[in-house]
Amino acid sequence: MTGILRHRLFWPSAALVLLIVVNSVARPKFLTTTMRDGQLYGALVDVLRGSAPLMLVALGMTIVIATRGIDLSVGAIMAVSGAVALTIIDGSGDPENVGTVLVAVLVAVLVALVLGVWNGFLVSVLGIQPIIATLVLMLAGRGVALLITGGFITTVNSAPFAYIASGYLTLLPFAFFVSVAAIVAIALVERRTALGVLTEAVGVNPEASRLAGVRRRGIVWGAYVVSGVLAGLAGVIYASNIKAADANAAGLFIELYAILAVVLGGTSLNGGKFSIAGTVIGVLIIQTLESTILFLGVPSAESPVFFAFVVVAVVVIQSPRVRGALRSLTASRRRDVAEPTTAEVAP
Amino acid sequence: MSTTTTPEVRTRRSAPSYQGFIARHAATTPTYAAVLILLVLLAGAETFLPGNFLSPGNLSALLLDNAYLLVLAVGMTFVILTAGIDLSVGSVMAFTGVLGAQLLAQGTPAVVAVPAMLLAGGAIGLLIGVLVQYFHVQPFIASLGGLFLARGLAFVVSLQSIKVEEPTVLWLQQTRIRLDGWYITPTGIIALLAVAFAALVLHLTRFGRTVYAIGGNEGSARLMGLAVARTKVTAYVISGLCGGLAGLLLTAYSGAGYPRNGIGTELDAIAAVVIGGTLLTGGRGYVLGSLVGVLVFGTIKTIISFMGAEQSWMQIIIGGLLLLFIVVQRAIVARSERQR
Repeated sequence: MTGILRHRLFWPSAALVLLIVVNSVARPKFLTTTMRDGQLYGALVDVLRGSAPLMLVALGMTIVIATRGIDLSVGAIMAVSGAVALTIIDGSGDPENVGTVLVAVLVAVLVALVLGVWNGFLVSVLGIQPIIATLVLMLAGRGVALLITGGFITTVNSAPFAYIASGYLTLLPFAFFVSVAAIVAIALVERRTALGVLTEAVGVNPEASRLAGVRRRGIVWGAYVVSGVLAGLAGVIYASNIKAADANAAGLFIELYAILAVVLGGTSLNGGKFSIAGTVIGVLIIQTLESTILFLGVPSAESPVFFAFVVVAVVVIQSPRVRGALRSLTASRRRDVAEPTTAEVAP
Repeated sequence: MSTTTTPEVRTRRSAPSYQGFIARHAATTPTYAAVLILLVLLAGAETFLPGNFLSPGNLSALLLDNAYLLVLAVGMTFVILTAGIDLSVGSVMAFTGVLGAQLLAQGTPAVVAVPAMLLAGGAIGLLIGVLVQYFHVQPFIASLGGLFLARGLAFVVSLQSIKVEEPTVLWLQQTRIRLDGWYITPTGIIALLAVAFAALVLHLTRFGRTVYAIGGNEGSARLMGLAVARTKVTAYVISGLCGGLAGLLLTAYSGAGYPRNGIGTELDAIAAVVIGGTLLTGGRGYVLGSLVGVLVFGTIKTIISFMGAEQSWMQIIIGGLLLLFIVVQRAIVARSERQR
């Protein structure tokens, strides 16, 4: 029992389950999914579909945070990639052509990759603090996106492009499969190869990992490139969802939500150990909470208040002070049980 | 900044004298560089732009338009000097602005509403400071909580813009104290007073020196017996208070409280502080530098609107300038560390 309680995914999972239970009690329709034309509909499916952009961004953010970094520019990269994709489709004269859409998406993701390379260069080669290095692009990126769209909100009617966000692949939304594919790819690369361990080594102690012969530069650089590419994909999905490129609104605050998701999932902002499953749960918590807040009839603009309480609660629970107090509380309750060494996950 | 090679600069090392010069003046060099950039910008604008850019009216408007940003940058300087960061200031400004406008619209006298704005800002700052100091939350995350809280509360107060008709608040903006075409508004005076007050506090009080000591090395500051906890929390409270004050200035400036105000303004404030030569690693920098940083920011903005270019260039140029400065700072720090 204590083994389960101690598991680091216990509390995030419990929070998610609690949210879902509260939702299903408050509105019984939450759990019902209806099948129409071989496609599933319902509140849960909406959560899965709506979470796709945040999921992609948060996955990249997890890797970056594991290297002791942070990527503030993801929202701006989303805006740029959305702007690029829509400008290409808009300018092609044949928006219904699948090939055009594919090219547009590919170019948009490539641009995002270049932006990721740029971030990685600043951090890993020039050695600039990650917050500041990515702040540059966070500021400039939206300007670039505005220039690409010419200061307007480019809208486009393209069935293949709209499919990315709202289309269905057999049972479930296509966007959901995109995020699943990203989760699987990241999990395989990080956990089935040595890359994950090396990433954690860089995050735990950069100097020790350097002495151990870990090539820090490449690993850190790669993390920002991955984050950029995933943000680019997220930008395409976002643009496809609203069928427009809105350089000001696309991905606004998403970096903050992504960081929150990563922290909710139990990954420390101090770098080192990271949990992809934790991030996935964190994203689902945020998306469910968002849907709950909407259901409660609270204007979505006011939802940040709820997230503020979540942030404060999570960081206070994770803080050494509160943990120490809790530990001494449980320790005094079962004093005879020999307490093992306090080798817990560092908060 | 003059690059004269004074003879006594020569160090015992065989390094060229300018290296010794840069090493010893590492703390002030970025600020001088910012002054230089400001002068170049102003001169360039005067030379290349049609019309009279360096007119007294234009330069006075610079202070008027950026008074709120200046106040935010002052608060941000305190926090960054302690090696922290405060992401909440833009949202705190929006929240206090909307709160003040709402209170005034309900007939609360300004004598009550204005302190309430400052208190609201200070309270959010206090929350962030306590989280940072007593719960060991990273400043980035703690102030992120403050950002969400303030932004959400702003929308809780009102979803729409609230017009301000209170004469006292509008007086802050509409009064022009004139002298030969130059003018200054009470908002500008408040902002300049904030700068002067902050500079005095940082350089002449025990609290101010402790702020620098914490940024230099928090562990050493604690071992020296300095009041680290109290000082750090106070720095965030100051930033929150400045957020509240900026809310007042912005409300006076725009004549309304609007919950969407100041999205991204925290980044502008950080950029201005960094451009002004304050190191994000803490311990080095000047409030006067932040003043210069805000003026650089404002000048670029004015030049862009003068040229009739798109405002999106603003973000790109500020981003580029920020990059330039952090690379320069990075080089200076690396050099002075090597020389040590």
